[in-house]
Amino acid sequence: MAATEKQPVTGAGPFNGILTWVDRRFPLIQLWREHLSEYYAPKNFNFWYYFGSLAIVVLAIQIVTGIFLVMHYKPDAAQAFASVEYIMRDVPGGWIIRYLHSTGASAFFIVVYLHMFRGLLYGSYRQPRELIWIFGMVIYLCLMAEAFFGYLLPWGQMSYWGAQVIVNLFDAVPLIGPDLALWIRGDYVVSDATLNRFFSFHVIAIPLVLLGLVAAHIMALHEVGSNNPDGIEIKKHKDPQTGHPRDGIPFHPYYTVKDTLGVAVFLIVFAVIMFFMPEFGGYFLEYNNFIPADPLKTPSHIAPVWYFTPYYSILRATTEDFMWVLAAAAIALAALIVLSVKSARGKIGTAAGTAVLLAGFSTLDPKVWGVVLMGVAVLIFFFLPWLDRSPVKSIRYRGNLYKSALAVFVIAFVVLGYFGTQPVTTAGTVVSQIFTLVYFAFFALMPWYSRMDKTRPEPDRVTG
Amino acid sequence: MAEKDPDQGKRRFLVAATSVAGGVATGAVGVPFVASMLPSERAKAAGAPVEADISALAPGEMMRVEWRGKPVWIVRRTRDMLESVKTVVDKVADPRSERKPGELTPPYARNEYRSIKPEYLIVVGICTHLGCSPVDKFRSQPESFDPDWKGGFYCPCHGSLFDLAGRVYKNKPAPDNLVVPPHKYLSDTRIVIGDDTKGA
Amino acid sequence: MTVTRKILCALLLLPLAAMSATGDLKLDRAPIDGRDLISLQRGAQVFVNYCLNCHSANYMRYNRLQDLGLTEGQIRDNLIFTGAKVGDPMKIAMDAEDAKEWFGAPPPDLTVIARSRSSPAGSGADWLYTYLRGFYRDPNRPSGWNNVVYPNVGMPHVLWQLQGEQVLAEAKQQAEGYMRTVLRPVLDKPGTLTAIEYDRLVADLVNYLDYMAEPAASERKRIGIYVLLFLGVFWLLAYLLKKEYWKDVH
Repeated sequence: MAATEKQPVTGAGPFNGILTWVDRRFPLIQLWREHLSEYYAPKNFNFWYYFGSLAIVVLAIQIVTGIFLVMHYKPDAAQAFASVEYIMRDVPGGWIIRYLHSTGASAFFIVVYLHMFRGLLYGSYRQPRELIWIFGMVIYLCLMAEAFFGYLLPWGQMSYWGAQVIVNLFDAVPLIGPDLALWIRGDYVVSDATLNRFFSFHVIAIPLVLLGLVAAHIMALHEVGSNNPDGIEIKKHKDPQTGHPRDGIPFHPYYTVKDTLGVAVFLIVFAVIMFFMPEFGGYFLEYNNFIPADPLKTPSHIAPVWYFTPYYSILRATTEDFMWVLAAAAIALAALIVLSVKSARGKIGTAAGTAVLLAGFSTLDPKVWGVVLMGVAVLIFFFLPWLDRSPVKSIRYRGNLYKSALAVFVIAFVVLGYFGTQPVTTAGTVVSQIFTLVYFAFFALMPWYSRMDKTRPEPDRVTG
Repeated sequence: MAEKDPDQGKRRFLVAATSVAGGVATGAVGVPFVASMLPSERAKAAGAPVEADISALAPGEMMRVEWRGKPVWIVRRTRDMLESVKTVVDKVADPRSERKPGELTPPYARNEYRSIKPEYLIVVGICTHLGCSPVDKFRSQPESFDPDWKGGFYCPCHGSLFDLAGRVYKNKPAPDNLVVPPHKYLSDTRIVIGDDTKGA
Repeated sequence: MTVTRKILCALLLLPLAAMSATGDLKLDRAPIDGRDLISLQRGAQVFVNYCLNCHSANYMRYNRLQDLGLTEGQIRDNLIFTGAKVGDPMKIAMDAEDAKEWFGAPPPDLTVIARSRSSPAGSGADWLYTYLRGFYRDPNRPSGWNNVVYPNVGMPHVLWQLQGEQVLAEAKQQAEGYMRTVLRPVLDKPGTLTAIEYDRLVADLVNYLDYMAEPAASERKRIGIYVLLFLGVFWLLAYLLKKEYWKDVH
C-alpha cells in the first residue's frame, strides 16, 4: 500500500490541487471511498432506514446549540433558573437556540426509538451485527444519562425532584446504596454541588463518550455492511467484474441524496414543533419546570420526561403484591428452561439460579426489585442477538408468532410510557403490571417463540 | 446499472440548487448563533447612562465613575492645571482634537480644554493604545519618563503620556487622545455620563 | 389468527379503560388575544398597579414593554413607580422573609407564571383567568379569602374592591347525565366594576401575564412561518434531486 504512488485527485474542479496535497499526507480519498463513494449499501432501504442519519443530524444540533447555551447558562443553584430565562429573553436569538436544544432532546429519543425499532423489525442485531447493536445500546444508555443530567440544569421543580427521585434509586442498592446516593449528589439532598457535577457530565464527559461510540457504531457497520428490509446478506452476490454486491449501490450519491430528503422532512416536523408548540403539550417542556426548584415543596404530580416513562412505569408497578406474580413468572420461566435444555448442568444451574432469585425476592424490599426491574428493562436489549433464534432475520419472512409478539411489545412500551406520565391510580397500576409482564415476556420467551414461528424462506436477492 | 445516460446537466443543476438552499439555510441558522454573542439586554441595560454627583469633588482631585464597565474620570482642574494644558501644546500630538472627532471628542468638547466647563475634565480612563487604565501624575515635577513633566496621566503598560486635557503626547505608543464620553450637566453639581441629548 | 387479533384488541382496550378522566376542576377559557396591543397595555397597567407590589417579575425588563407598542418614555412615565431605570427588570422591594411571615409563603415571581400553570385541564391563562375570578369570602382563612381553583391560598383578594365580594353558594350542575349540587362562588356585595367589566379587566391582565411568560412567542410564530416556507422549497429540491439520481437504481 505504502509503495504504490497515490493518484492525483480528480473531479473536484478547482480544488483538485489542494485535495491532492492533503491526500498525500492524510487518507482523505481512502476515507471518502470506504465510507461514502464506495460503501455499497443495499438498494432496498425503506422509510425505517432514515433514522440513523437523522440521529447524526440531531446530535449535531444538540452539540452546536449546547456550545452556545453554555456561553450564557450559569451552573449555580442560585442563578441557573434565572440564567435560562435570561437566555429566553435577554440574549439575542437565545430563545431559538434554547428551543432547538429542548426540542432536539425529545427529537433525539424519537429518532433513536424508531432507529431501534427498525432493528427489531429487520433483525439488524443478528449475527454478524451483534457489536453494532451493542455499541448502539451503549449509545442509548449514554443518551439516557445525557438527558438525565441535562434535565437538572434548568433547575425547575421537575428538574429538581426528578433528579432527587432518580438519584434515590441508587439508594436501593444493597449495602452501599445510601453512601452511593450521597456520593452521586455530593450533598444530603440535590443541591448546588449536584448541579455542578451534572453540568460537567452533561457538557463534557458524556458528549465525548457519545462521539467516540457513534464513531465505533459506524465503523462496525461499515465493516460488516448494512442489513436491509429483507434481512439477507447482499455480499453473497457480487459482480465478478467489479467485486461490488449486485444489490448494493454506492452510499454516495444515492443515499446521500435520499438522506437529504429525509433530513428535509424531519426538519419540517422539527420546525413545526419548535416554532409552534415548543412545550408540546407539556411533554417536551414540562409545565412544572417553569417554577424554580424548591427543596421544601414537591409538586403534586411529578413525572419524568416522556422518554423515560416506560421504565418509570415498570418501577412504579413493582409493588409487594406484584412480587408474587414475578415469583410465579420466574418459576414458570425456570421450568421452561429446565424442560428445554438438554445438559444436566444447565438444568441444575437454572434451578439454583431461580432459587437464589426467589430467596432475593423474599429478603430484599420490593423497592430494590423495582429498581432492578427497571434496569433490566433497559439492559435486556443487549441480549437480543442471542435471544432471537429465528432462522430468518426480517419480519417479512417471519410468522405470525413473532409479528404478534412485536406488536404486543410495542403496545406495551407505549402504554407503559403513557401511564408513566400519569398520576398513580389503582387501575393504572394494574395495567402497568400486566404490561410489565408483557414487556419482559417479549424478551424472556423469545428463544422459544422465535424458533417455533412458521417462517417463510428468505429470497436469494433483495426484493422491492 | 444505468440503462441510458443520465441527464448530467439536470443533475448538476439540482445538486447546485440543493447545495445553495442548504447553504442559505446554514447561513440563516447561523444568524441567531452569531447574534447570541452580541451584548444582551442585560449588558445594554448595564450600559445605560450613569449619573455622578460632583459637589464633593475638591479642586485638584479626581473621581472615578463606572460607565459600561469602564472607568470615567472626572478631574476638577485648578488654575495651574489649566495653565499646564496651554504650555504643553507643542508636546501633544493632536492639540485641537482634530483626529477622529466623531469617536473621540464630541463637538461640545472640541476646544482648548476638551470639556464643557474648563474646570471639569471628563474622559474615559482607558489608554487608546491597548486598553490599560493610565495612572494620574498631576504634580508638575521631573519624572523618570519626562524630566520636564507638567502633570497629566501616565500609562504603566507601555509608557504613553497624556496631559491634563487627556491629549496624548507625541511619539508615544498610544495613537489618540483619551475619549471624552457623551455627557451633560443636569445641574451645576450633577452630571450624566452616556447621554448628551437635550431636554428631559 | 382471529384469536391473536382478539388478544391484541383486548390489550389495546385495557389501558383505555384505565384512562378515566382525572380531576373535576373546570377552568373557564380565558378570552385573550396576544395580538391585541390595547388589551396588553391595559393588562400591563393593571399588573404594575396591583401585582407588582408583592409579586416580582424578575426576568422581565420594563423596556421590553416596547413590544406592546409603547415608547421608553411612556413606559417610564406611566408604568414605573419604583424609581427603577427603564432597562431594569421588574423587581420589588418586599423582603422574602417578611412576605413569608405575612402570607405563609413568599408570593411567587410572576414572570413565567402563565407557563407554569398550564395543565391538561387548560392553559396557564385559563387557570389564571379562573383563579383571579374565583376568590370568595372565607372567615376561616387568616386573610379572610379563599379560592375555588387554589384552595387555602395564602394570597388575599387584591382586586376585591373592583370585583366586590363573592361567597360560596350551592348550585345545580349537569354532570354526566344527572344533576348534582356543587358549591360555586356568587357575587354577594358588588364592587366598583360590573361583572362584565371585571371579567374584561382580568382578561387583559391575564393576556399580559401570558405575553410576559414568553415575550418571544409572537416573533417565534412569525419566524416559524418563514422557516417552514423555506423548508418547503428545500424539500422540493431535495425530492427532485433524489428522484433524478434514483432513476439509475433498478
